Amino acid sequence: MNASFAAQINSILAAFILLTAFGLLVQRRVFGLLHIFAWQGLLLSISTAIVGYSAGLHHLYISAVLTLSLKVIVLPWILYVLIHRLKIHKEVEDMVNIPTTMLIGIALVIFSYHLTAPIRELSTLVTRSTLAVALATVMLGLLMMITRKKAVTQIIGFLAMENGLFFAATSATYGMPLVIEMGVALDILIAAFIFGIFFFQIRTTFDTLDLKAMEKLKEEE
Amino acid sequence: MINEAYPVFMESLQVIMVLVAAPLLVGWIRMLKCWSQGRTSAGIFQPFRDLSKLFIKETVLAENVSWIFTATPYIVFGATVLAGAIIPILSVDLPLSATADIIALVAIFAIARFFMALAATDIGTAFGGMGASREMMVSSLAEPAVLMSVFTVSLVSSSTSLSHMAHTLTSSPIVLRPSLAFAFLAFVLIAIAETGRIPVDNPSTHLELTMIHEAMILEYSGRHLALIEWSNMMKLFLFASLGIASFFPWGIAGADNIKMLPMALLALALKLALAGIFVVVIETVLAKMRVFRVPEFLGFAFLLATLGMLSHFILE
Amino acid sequence: MQNSPLELSLLSVILFLITAAIAPMLSSRQGLLIKLSFTFSSVSAFIAAMSGFMSVSAGTVDRITLLIGLPDLPFYLRLDPLSGFFAAIISLLGFFISIYSIGYVRAFIGHRSVTPLVVFYNLFMAGMLLVLLSDDAYFFMVSWELMAVSSFFLVCFEDDHAQNRRAGFLYLIMAHIGAVLILLSFGLMAGFANGFENFSGYTFSAMRYSHMPDVWATVAFLLAFFGFAMKAGVFPLHAWLPEAHPVAPSNVSALMSGVMLKTAIYGIIRVAFDLLHVSDWWWGGIVLIFGLISAVMGVLYALMQNDLKRLLAYSSVENIGLILVSIGLAMIFKSFNMGVLASLALMAALYHSFNHAMFKGLLFMGAGAVLHSTHQRNMESMGGLIHKMKWTAPLMLLGCLAASGLPPLNGFVSEWLTFQSFLLSPALPSSLLNLLIPLGAALVALTGALAARCYIKVYGVTFLGRWRGEHNTVIQEAGWAMRLGMIMAALACLALGVFPTFVIGWMDVIPEMLVEAKISTSANASGWLWLTPVAAERASYSAPLVFLGVLAIILAIYKAFRSKSMPVRRVPAWDCGLGGLTNRMQYSSTSFSMPTRRIYGFLFNIKETVKYGVNPYLPMFNNKFIYHLKIRDRIWHIFYKPFADASFWIARRVSRLQHGRIQIYLLYSFITLIILLVFA
Repeated sequence: MNASFAAQINSILAAFILLTAFGLLVQRRVFGLLHIFAWQGLLLSISTAIVGYSAGLHHLYISAVLTLSLKVIVLPWILYVLIHRLKIHKEVEDMVNIPTTMLIGIALVIFSYHLTAPIRELSTLVTRSTLAVALATVMLGLLMMITRKKAVTQIIGFLAMENGLFFAATSATYGMPLVIEMGVALDILIAAFIFGIFFFQIRTTFDTLDLKAMEKLKEEE
Repeated sequence: MINEAYPVFMESLQVIMVLVAAPLLVGWIRMLKCWSQGRTSAGIFQPFRDLSKLFIKETVLAENVSWIFTATPYIVFGATVLAGAIIPILSVDLPLSATADIIALVAIFAIARFFMALAATDIGTAFGGMGASREMMVSSLAEPAVLMSVFTVSLVSSSTSLSHMAHTLTSSPIVLRPSLAFAFLAFVLIAIAETGRIPVDNPSTHLELTMIHEAMILEYSGRHLALIEWSNMMKLFLFASLGIASFFPWGIAGADNIKMLPMALLALALKLALAGIFVVVIETVLAKMRVFRVPEFLGFAFLLATLGMLSHFILE
Repeated sequence: MQNSPLELSLLSVILFLITAAIAPMLSSRQGLLIKLSFTFSSVSAFIAAMSGFMSVSAGTVDRITLLIGLPDLPFYLRLDPLSGFFAAIISLLGFFISIYSIGYVRAFIGHRSVTPLVVFYNLFMAGMLLVLLSDDAYFFMVSWELMAVSSFFLVCFEDDHAQNRRAGFLYLIMAHIGAVLILLSFGLMAGFANGFENFSGYTFSAMRYSHMPDVWATVAFLLAFFGFAMKAGVFPLHAWLPEAHPVAPSNVSALMSGVMLKTAIYGIIRVAFDLLHVSDWWWGGIVLIFGLISAVMGVLYALMQNDLKRLLAYSSVENIGLILVSIGLAMIFKSFNMGVLASLALMAALYHSFNHAMFKGLLFMGAGAVLHSTHQRNMESMGGLIHKMKWTAPLMLLGCLAASGLPPLNGFVSEWLTFQSFLLSPALPSSLLNLLIPLGAALVALTGALAARCYIKVYGVTFLGRWRGEHNTVIQEAGWAMRLGMIMAALACLALGVFPTFVIGWMDVIPEMLVEAKISTSANASGWLWLTPVAAERASYSAPLVFLGVLAIILAIYKAFRSKSMPVRRVPAWDCGLGGLTNRMQYSSTSFSMPTRRIYGFLFNIKETVKYGVNPYLPMFNNKFIYHLKIRDRIWHIFYKPFADASFWIARRVSRLQHGRIQIYLLYSFITLIILLVFA
């Protein structure tokens, strides 16, 4: 496997990570979302491993394994259990304007390409072209959190954003120092647990996980 | 002498092959479908029997129809055969392939669709109009995705001429291109919508509320119906070949090389058989969707094609 | 013939003016008036068309200075290939329509006097030609006003309907706002050309060689663009167009939609490429974006209409949008100094201008024939006209095919050229433009597909199916003069579609003049049969082969499969076994556009109500459904209503000055005089 082939594989993976980000944006079913999220993690971990191989940086292998175990196995499993306990596995979110959301997403990709153009000029890494994709993934995750109404889907949006950040770190600087990555991983794991507890609290308070119910919390006029 | 006759020979061979192989492909798909559903199939040649039966049957016209209705089967058939002469299926070196690039080819299919929709409104019942309206809805939504996917493919070969595109792909070293992968996925979705297969339209339904294509041809009978059915089979065949020519052309016969012909035929048969399996898998796994979910389906095709275009500029 | 093209076109203008002057003398004999005057108009239109064609083929520039008008301000006239091309389009369609009018206008005899129609028709033609010939700002504005005012009187020809007067008024106001913007733009250019103190900068040649500061050039361009856009009916400045075009007599609507809008296109090209020499790429970007919006919105509005002529008017908004898209691309290419690509895009714009003139003229003439025989414009009560109108129906079909952009007709050629210029945009050096321009191409594709949908509705609901209106309506085919006009326009559509290489070779001199590059060397490189805009490997299209190929295959199968021995039986259409299909059960225009309302409804202001009565015997089943649908332009409330309200408010305030007493008016004059003397 030579360097240019690795770069090709990496750009294919980047393209598919972008596709999964869009998939998260438009998928209606909760389980579908979970699957796409797991796929995104898998692609991310392969991509990290390949970057580690082609750059000869061995700590990236550890990151790859960490990503694989955390984002492909543990987190989806936690969410899976959560969804089953909360009995929302059959829920379908009513989203009206999927084509518009897609168009906004496309605009965000173009915007992030434009935004990362100066960095691309300066950088010399093989992965520099994927930086735009990474930034776009972050933005798409945020867009997902904005457009969704259900709490669980918002969590998935948040985790997708984190995926984007991780990808950005890998493609811009060949990853963050290992200590930081471990810390972030731990943070996410704990966040997932806290979210789980919160969900139960939200549901016992409002009888639903629809975040619309939280609009009641505003001040009376 | 051989060299001069070669393209003409290829051209006529290809047109004959399109005419004959299209019912075979449909027969193959129906056969696979029967097997997958645990039924006994009628054999791969059943479409031929159907067509010949229709040709000898009496032609019945609705009272109100005008010459548009009777002329449409011929126009549809003519446009489809012309498209079959243009797409490089067997060889990249066809004399007629320069007649139309891929954009003009899309427009040639559009002629057929335009007349089919007109004929449907000619009958003067609700069915025809409904079919025409829905068909044009689907095609108008598919069009941006078609163009975007053409755009992406033309970025790679910097050409919209089909022969040249196939030639560029076969003669350059194999490179993994995310843009082509996306364009191909988009093309698959578009082809499903344009040829009226599940999940967009069900070719074997006659249920009033769900039919699109069948609603348009409800009043056709005899040889008119035969011509329309035949062109429909050719359309499926041609979309499959179009996908093969623009994304997997390896194996196609090069210019001036008759020795490659048997190889090209074999490769084509293999690829088409695979395409048939693919169609059957999709139609078995998925259910037909509601008409107003089609915009989302085709919106997704547009998204894929656009991602292809973007990833060409961003990643390649 | 030793006359120069410019002299010929002047001759034709003079003929038009003479016809307009003589017409009132014949007003007592209306039948004779129609025959004579429209024959005269067609002859002079033919002369003008010849002069335009000659001027483009010769590629020369003629100039004349007329010493009339104000002292020291002579009228400068000039005929170069660009104005020659537009003169050719305008007078060619004018020629067809003049012949058509001989038949069409006869329908007014006995209802109203046609003398004003004849007079203003000729003035209108003369005005349009003079706009193209003028080579100074002053004469341009005079001709522009002649064109605007005469077309206003034509719109108001049937002035007994309040709706027509309202449409005419709206048109007049918007035309004048546009004219003011154009005037301001010319003022800026003239000022920078030769100083603001003297007046000699008003000629176009002075403007052409002046160098304006970039900021002011931008201001001048934007003023001119929006001024002309007002006339061209670019969204959101289109409000007058769907009101004014349908109410005018059909021959006038054909002229207004087909060619009057083209004078605005001419103005944009003249100002952008010739007078201001495009400098920034974003000028082109603005034109491109407005073009895209008009194209998509125009066709969506067209799809919603049930009034045949109103639908065609909205379709003009769409086509003007498509022309602007190509012009915008050409400007972008030009600003990056990519001559060949700019000339390809400009060629697409000019070709589409020509095509749109021909097919929209044909369609409006066909709509006129339908109106003439059914006395209505509402498609919901038509149907099955193909059985009664044996000539109009196939001609209209050709028009619909051309307007839907289907090969081998002309609409497709220009659409194809537009797509080719889009597909060449990756050559641009700006990465942001590389990503954004393909999205524009997708919108153009959407427009094309929606246009096909729209014209299927037009043809399917009007000509096919069964008659939806009242029984016992007598429907006659149009007369020979009308048929002749339509046949010639249809032949022009076919010829422009099948022989694009000749047309491109003919008009290639225009991009050569404006962007210093031509495409005919590469476009016709592989012989007249093949159109290859850049190179044969890049893309090719052979219209003659598509035409002949489809025709040959159709004939071959027809011979092969049509057997005389088997009779064709006619039976009632399938009615699901219920029996009693009525004509009201057909798919109507409203139902045909239902998917569009559903998918793109958020762009409009749609109110849909269903009322139903309860059946006393079967309470589960309602009877007597009344469906009410109201679609309104959102733009009207956002964009126009505030202005209209404000102007009425100001008018009411100002009206306090009116007292009706003569002394007070004398006082006003006196005060004005005093103030002027104080400051003078």
